[in-house]
Amino acid sequence: MGFLSNRHLLGLAETPKEDIEMILQHASSFREVLDRPIKKVPTLQGKTIVNLFFEDSTRTRISFELAQKRLSADTVNFSAGSSSLKKGESFKDTAQNIEAMKIDCIVMRHPVPGAHIHLINYVNSVVVNAGDGTHEHPTQGLLDMMSLLEVKGKLDGLKVAIIGDITHSRVARSNIHGLVKMGVQVMLCGPPNLMPVNIEELGVTVNYDVDEVLEWADAVNVLRIQRERQGVSYVPSVREYRDLFGITRERVERLNKQITIMHPGPMNRGVEIDSDVADSENAIILDQVLNGVAIRMAVLYLLLGDQPEES
Amino acid sequence: MKGKALPKQFLIKNGDIIDPVKGERFIGSVLINSGRIEKVGKRISANGATVYDAGGKVVTHGFCDVHVHFREPGREDKETLATGAEAAIAGGFTQVCAMPNTEPPLDSPESIRFIVEKAADLPVKIHPIGAISVGQQGKELTELGAMAQEGAVAFSDDGIPVMDSGVMRRVLEYAGPLGMPVINHAEDLTLKLDGQMHEGSWSTRLGLSGIPDVSESIMVNRDLELASMTGGRLHVPHVSSAKSVEWIRGAKAGGLDITAEVTPHHLFFTDEDLHSFDTNYKVAPPIRTENDRQVLMTAVKDGTIDCIATDHAPHTVEEKEAPFDWAPCGMIGLESAFGAVWKVLSELGMNLEEVIHCFTINPRLVMDFEEDLFSAGTEAELTILDPDEEWIFAKEHIHSKSRNTPFSGESLKGRIKATITGGKFFKL
Ligand SMILES: [Zn+2]
Repeated sequence: MGFLSNRHLLGLAETPKEDIEMILQHASSFREVLDRPIKKVPTLQGKTIVNLFFEDSTRTRISFELAQKRLSADTVNFSAGSSSLKKGESFKDTAQNIEAMKIDCIVMRHPVPGAHIHLINYVNSVVVNAGDGTHEHPTQGLLDMMSLLEVKGKLDGLKVAIIGDITHSRVARSNIHGLVKMGVQVMLCGPPNLMPVNIEELGVTVNYDVDEVLEWADAVNVLRIQRERQGVSYVPSVREYRDLFGITRERVERLNKQITIMHPGPMNRGVEIDSDVADSENAIILDQVLNGVAIRMAVLYLLLGDQPEES
Repeated sequence: MKGKALPKQFLIKNGDIIDPVKGERFIGSVLINSGRIEKVGKRISANGATVYDAGGKVVTHGFCDVHVHFREPGREDKETLATGAEAAIAGGFTQVCAMPNTEPPLDSPESIRFIVEKAADLPVKIHPIGAISVGQQGKELTELGAMAQEGAVAFSDDGIPVMDSGVMRRVLEYAGPLGMPVINHAEDLTLKLDGQMHEGSWSTRLGLSGIPDVSESIMVNRDLELASMTGGRLHVPHVSSAKSVEWIRGAKAGGLDITAEVTPHHLFFTDEDLHSFDTNYKVAPPIRTENDRQVLMTAVKDGTIDCIATDHAPHTVEEKEAPFDWAPCGMIGLESAFGAVWKVLSELGMNLEEVIHCFTINPRLVMDFEEDLFSAGTEAELTILDPDEEWIFAKEHIHSKSRNTPFSGESLKGRIKATITGGKFFKL
């Protein structure tokens, strides 16, 4: 069972390049399925997948759920607020109770980094990381790569900038690991107090001048910004953030080139990105959403499928 | 763990005797009479004595740990004074100092008396440390003098830093004339925030929030300044960073009368060991980089750091099975301490006598305890160990009520073979 070198998808840091390529390839054929009038294949018939969400994320959950339904898997959703979980039943008991009902796969979103590594110690099911705190969000990284590949035709040699709060971004980490493996040059930009130490060791460069970064980049991935986190203020004001790091219409218009605009959502329009930019022709934000379903279909198929897909 | 009562006359012969006070090492014997040292020497004959052949193993003073958490009262599910004492004996320790962050904390003379009375019959001497502030809230000073009279040996809010510099000043001033060390868990909480591990390449990679090394060194420096100003006796616990070592080294060079300890885990592990999010490595202050580890080892070697202290901190399996951010800080350490420390420090080129100093005479000097355990009439507290035995630390070596330790599976060097304490002989 499974066609990837790892049994689970925990993060892109430990996913080899060949596996990323295989996922991207399959995702593009699943993407075609999504354009058909009947958007369903029997690939995972009889498989049961639990979406275990310890943190609210309607978008990611719906995307996974759709992918599962398109593959004809049986799905169950389990949502638990993280605060009630802290006090009540232990994480291990929750996971083992769910697994006791004979399931094949757990798709988990959890607010704590590394929660998935704990999970695989407690269960035998295949585990897919749907975001673990500020660590990784591998399917987001994959769908971003798929979207780039679609518009640019290739990844190798591409220049991609990631702009925003890098420290607290699982999207940034998964993008960095995936893109660097695929030969993409990655530049990071954002408030210096939200840039993690020694991040260059992951094979990226850092530049705090957003205009220089835009000048350099073929594509830019704009992250959602929060002024404060847990009562600690990092960004002095929305106005100042927009001035220093916002992807504004003026900034994009000043460029003598087309630049691809991405955003993992949900957007703060008028803060990290202007509406005019988000809705422009260069923005592929809605393609990202659609590709998200295709990527999740590919990941689930490659982890859970037991025979080559008929196509 | 059952010890055998010592016979009236007990002769340990053929021992590799290390006397940390006289600085001597020789093959010889120790004669114990009615539980007290009668004589230590090269050749002792005692007619009618029960003889134990140490087989050339090292015989030295019982170890002393100035920093343990025994969780009684309040969290007896994690450890009690009795189970903590067993863990101590298994690690060769005959005296320990218990931190006051129990539930409720040891912040009154009555609570100090509770520990003293409860520990009186145990084979290990358990010295309570009194809280600095009422409820460990960092505001109002406890009855320091009355706690000292009841048997508190030092003051600390350990587990919680004294953030208020004014409070730290006043406790150093007050405790100075009492001759009592003040021990502050040095982590500036405004820099630590919700930090989970050392801030560096690994926290960046793992997405765990980082605790910068300066969160410790800033507070260590503050405390040194306050010690210098007040004349108080500062003891710096569990030093974890190279930067703190530099401040301590400078203060000692300037003649300041302060002391410092380091844990076995800060000498043994690095932040890279957290790569699989194993909560057994989660500890405060956090395990730092290989450079910090090297500097800490050098600091033990050159005397900047006086002693080894385990910061033995038991937690339940359930608590440590939680996701990383929600698991509590701390690990047990008594049973693995010597094997871990001797392994890394012998590789650094320290000799056995130097390392044994850090477990025996040095911690006793920190606490102003009687340090000459070989003088006639002293109650017998001895540790017998094989410095050459290499062994894999495993669950079955744990005597603590808890099992939270990253040393499980690690290869250690040097093993405790027997501990004599409380009038009993414990074979290990
Ligand atoms: Zn502490």
